[in-house]
Amino acid sequence: MKRLLPLYATFAYAFLHLPLLVLTVFSFNSSKFTVWEGFSLRWYRAIADDPQLMEAAWNSLLIAIVATAFATVIGTLCAYGLWKRDAPILKGSLYVSLVTPEIVTGVSMLAFFQYLFRFMDVRLGLHTVILAHIAFSLSFVVIVVAARLRTVDPALEEAAMDLGATEWGAFYRVTLPALVPGIASAALLAFTTSFDDYVITSLVAGVDSETLPMVIYGMARKGVNPSVNAISALIVLALGVLILGAERLRSDA
Amino acid sequence: MERLRFWFLAPSRLLMAVLFGAPLAIVFFYGLLTRGTYGGQSFPLTDENFARLADPLYLTILLRSFWLAGLATALCVLMGFPLALFIARSGSRKNLFLHLVMLPFWTSFLVRTYAWMFLLRDTGLINTVLQSAGLIHEPLPLLYNDIAVVIGLVYGYLPFMVLPIFSTLERLDPALLEAAADLGARPLSALWRVTLPLTRPGMVAGSLLDFIPCLGAYLTPDLLGGGKSIMIGNLIQNQFTSARDWPFGSALSLALTAIVMVLLWQFLRRKGESFL
Repeated sequence: MKRLLPLYATFAYAFLHLPLLVLTVFSFNSSKFTVWEGFSLRWYRAIADDPQLMEAAWNSLLIAIVATAFATVIGTLCAYGLWKRDAPILKGSLYVSLVTPEIVTGVSMLAFFQYLFRFMDVRLGLHTVILAHIAFSLSFVVIVVAARLRTVDPALEEAAMDLGATEWGAFYRVTLPALVPGIASAALLAFTTSFDDYVITSLVAGVDSETLPMVIYGMARKGVNPSVNAISALIVLALGVLILGAERLRSDA
Repeated sequence: MERLRFWFLAPSRLLMAVLFGAPLAIVFFYGLLTRGTYGGQSFPLTDENFARLADPLYLTILLRSFWLAGLATALCVLMGFPLALFIARSGSRKNLFLHLVMLPFWTSFLVRTYAWMFLLRDTGLINTVLQSAGLIHEPLPLLYNDIAVVIGLVYGYLPFMVLPIFSTLERLDPALLEAAADLGARPLSALWRVTLPLTRPGMVAGSLLDFIPCLGAYLTPDLLGGGKSIMIGNLIQNQFTSARDWPFGSALSLALTAIVMVLLWQFLRRKGESFL
């Protein structure tokens, strides 16, 4: 038992981490095939020279930043409002949106936008992707901020108001500062899910709004292409740095 | 207070109504319409789309989704419990080991799925290594089957199982194990008869957190199952894209959402706890 458990844990951690490690190692392979021939950065040069890929990366970044900003503000206000007093319908719909399978959210948004476009002269594009991303990340934000709110003592706001603070002042100067770590985690979660989403995005994106996951998906389906390894390694690295940086900031606070 | 609260909740109410409620309502309505000759949907109202769910062709895919999601969830319990136990008993390095489980979850799901394509396909790493070692001559068909899909699902959702089991293990009173030992239980039988039954709530929570996304999985069966191992998510996507049968796709979407909702409702009712 004492020896078996660590042995098993080693195996489990290998299962969790080896696939991504191996993928990263082979992004530095000079061969086009899955046989190690030597160290090379050719696949990194290849992706840097790919204008379609660079545009998609830019789109993904733009979508993630805008969607995260909106979802974080709206979600934080919502969590605070629910903390003051329950709103069963809103809360229920947030739960439902949390567990609705991505593919269902995607097709229903597609149907909704197509329906609207009968009356409006608009098409699918970056804006529809951003709207969809705000909608699906809202429930994550509310849950994370609500968890943080549970550690806040409501008496603090009462005290502030007894001392003459307005309702807004009590929120803005007493409760909100205490929520900052939770809001940061929520924003990070919204950003990573938005940046990574393929299923919903591919359904509501237009011809001019291809995102990075859509390009990766297309390349992965086509067959062996070490460029995909290189992009994947970069994404894992970028998200990893972001997560570890956020963790460091939080433990300092 | 009420006025401030009203304005704080207004944006999310609007957002949920317009971008979540209305789209679902439209899909629900489309599920009752008839498919047009060139795609699209039109009157009269019909229940034919829902009746088609019982068609053996689609029922097979529905049952297969349940089977694969159930299998993946069961494997997650089997793999997740000992891992959570290891973390809970690892003393000062507990946080490090927990973070190591969560780290892949934070990185891209698409990339993690692609990593398995890279390992499993005919020209992938496993086949290449086995072939150059002379163990096999033809590549093994590792990708595009049910096993590949289940591996992908387990890989994707194992962290969701480890976390709740770990937190129930953390809350377990160590005195219970001491009492078991005092009464003559060996460590293994204490594990089986004390720890395991008391961790059940964590396993139930983890199973739900795994089963729900596995049942509605789209990306994993699409990339790792190819056309050969499709699940209900792929069927829905197909109806909305190449098959252009939105009414039937809508009926499928509704069936899937209803199943997930019942599961969630049962869980919340039993647990009597909320996340919000």
